[in-house]
Amino acid sequence: MNTRIGHIAFNTFREAVRDRVLYNLIAFALLLSGTAILVGEVSIDIERLVVVNLGLTAVSLFGVLIAIFIGIGLVSKEIDKRTLYTVLSRPVRRWEFVVGKFFGLTGTLVVNTFFMAVGVFLALLYVAHRFDKMDAWVLVALYFIILQFLIVCALALFFSSFSTPLMAAVFTFALFVIGSLAEDLRGFARITQGAAGGLATAIAYLVPNFSALNVINQAAHGNAIAGRLILYNSIYALLYSAMAISGAVLIFERRNLK
Amino acid sequence: MAAIEIFDLEKSYWVGFWRKRPKVALRSLRLTIEQGEVFGFLGPNGAGKTTTLKLLMGLVFPTAGSARILGFEMDDPQVKSQIGFLPEQPYFYDHLTARELLNYYGQLSGVPAKARSARVEQMLARVGLSESAGVQLRKFSKGMLQRVGLAQAILHDPKLVFLDEPMSGLDPMGRREVRDLIQQLRHEGKTVFFSTHILSDAEALCDRVAVIHQGELRGVGAVAELTSETQGKIEIVFFAQRVPAALASLGAEARVSGDMVNAVLPEQQQDAALDVLRREHIKLISLTPVRRSLEQYYIQKLRPEDRADGRNEGGRKQENRKGVGV
Repeated sequence: MNTRIGHIAFNTFREAVRDRVLYNLIAFALLLSGTAILVGEVSIDIERLVVVNLGLTAVSLFGVLIAIFIGIGLVSKEIDKRTLYTVLSRPVRRWEFVVGKFFGLTGTLVVNTFFMAVGVFLALLYVAHRFDKMDAWVLVALYFIILQFLIVCALALFFSSFSTPLMAAVFTFALFVIGSLAEDLRGFARITQGAAGGLATAIAYLVPNFSALNVINQAAHGNAIAGRLILYNSIYALLYSAMAISGAVLIFERRNLK
Repeated sequence: MAAIEIFDLEKSYWVGFWRKRPKVALRSLRLTIEQGEVFGFLGPNGAGKTTTLKLLMGLVFPTAGSARILGFEMDDPQVKSQIGFLPEQPYFYDHLTARELLNYYGQLSGVPAKARSARVEQMLARVGLSESAGVQLRKFSKGMLQRVGLAQAILHDPKLVFLDEPMSGLDPMGRREVRDLIQQLRHEGKTVFFSTHILSDAEALCDRVAVIHQGELRGVGAVAELTSETQGKIEIVFFAQRVPAALASLGAEARVSGDMVNAVLPEQQQDAALDVLRREHIKLISLTPVRRSLEQYYIQKLRPEDRADGRNEGGRKQENRKGVGV
């Protein structure tokens, strides 16, 4: 990897790690995993289901919040605070800056997800007293959650490259919500005719398909997840993120830093 | 090869919400700065100084024109490793310590890992921050941040240093230190291009200055030549508690402070004034011709009627780079 991208990514990671707000969110997510134990205790025979469902939902939701919260400020904060001036006056290309920021944030989210996942597995061990083979699907669900974060980070970066942080947060969160309903949207498009049908189809395929990346329920029930889905989801998430990052780079390359 | 060559650089912004109209921030700037020069870019707030620096740094894009820096086109990434930049009122990553920040900038500037930590410590010592090197920047005062800014601008040993208002927000001691640093850079053979509206700093440091106002170059000149011009008047200082009547009759404008009198009178009255002092047994302290100050030049260039002259100067400078364009 280009060393400058690596340095920018590491600085972004270091900044996030030193931000206290991040720890509040992680603590809150771990607390929710702890709550899952309590709920699991009172849910006779379905403790595992409740712990996995609640725990992974907490990991996903708080991860998305962190991705949006930090992602929207990655570029705009640097412009507002003018920290960017002393970076871009060095031999750093604008695309390297955007890509470095993206890798820094995704790195932060992977590390956070690891710690939150440890919380989920500890809760699982507490209620089930041992690990099972089917717990491997929880790992796959966690991998898909990380793929979701990749897309959310890229979208947050894309929107923040041309709008205010608040609007970027609104757009990203709205796309996350719509994308989580992408399968329903595709179903609706299939039964709709004419121009409305065409529009619905276009929107359904344009928004990121977060619902395909959500296998929490399957993992909670211990159902196997097809290898083909893992491959397709990986390619889809990488391509979608690359597209959003390319858009962010194209806009940022032409932007005047006032 | 000139350090900076600016060819008709222009910048306009679109302002307004419904009916967008262009606002000219910089119009057709033509300027050449030679290597090894300390060049002052003077002008009031909003004159276009920062816009020019941002254009040269590639932070904003020109509406028209171009520039060459150290022989490279200004958008050539290669040039960036040979220049240093201190923005106006700099703000840095406040989660980092001064040492971490300089190390990070060293990495981005391509300073080899082996030499980097020694270079960082050297820069921290040079700006007097060795003792605060491990403190996060969020705990730094404005003056300390300015020092960090200077350290990062010269960290990678650039040939050309751009400083945007380097003395702003500094106390007298801090200003003195920055002045010393610029002098040191001059002795090291670096080219320094700095914007300021503090004329005494420019007068003390610069080889040449340019005056810019409302986005327009109003004048360029060598400081030594500008300030060597006499005004047809002399200033005499002598020990006395009142102004001799004979001296007043020569048309002297005098000011008494304590045991000293400071009088300004026409040059042709010099001999007559000295005769008066001799006659009255008054002890002379000094006699100097009144020279034009940089401030007078600056104020003259800001006047609206000076606009046309300034534009011509920018063009003339191409032929006479080191000359006075007045």
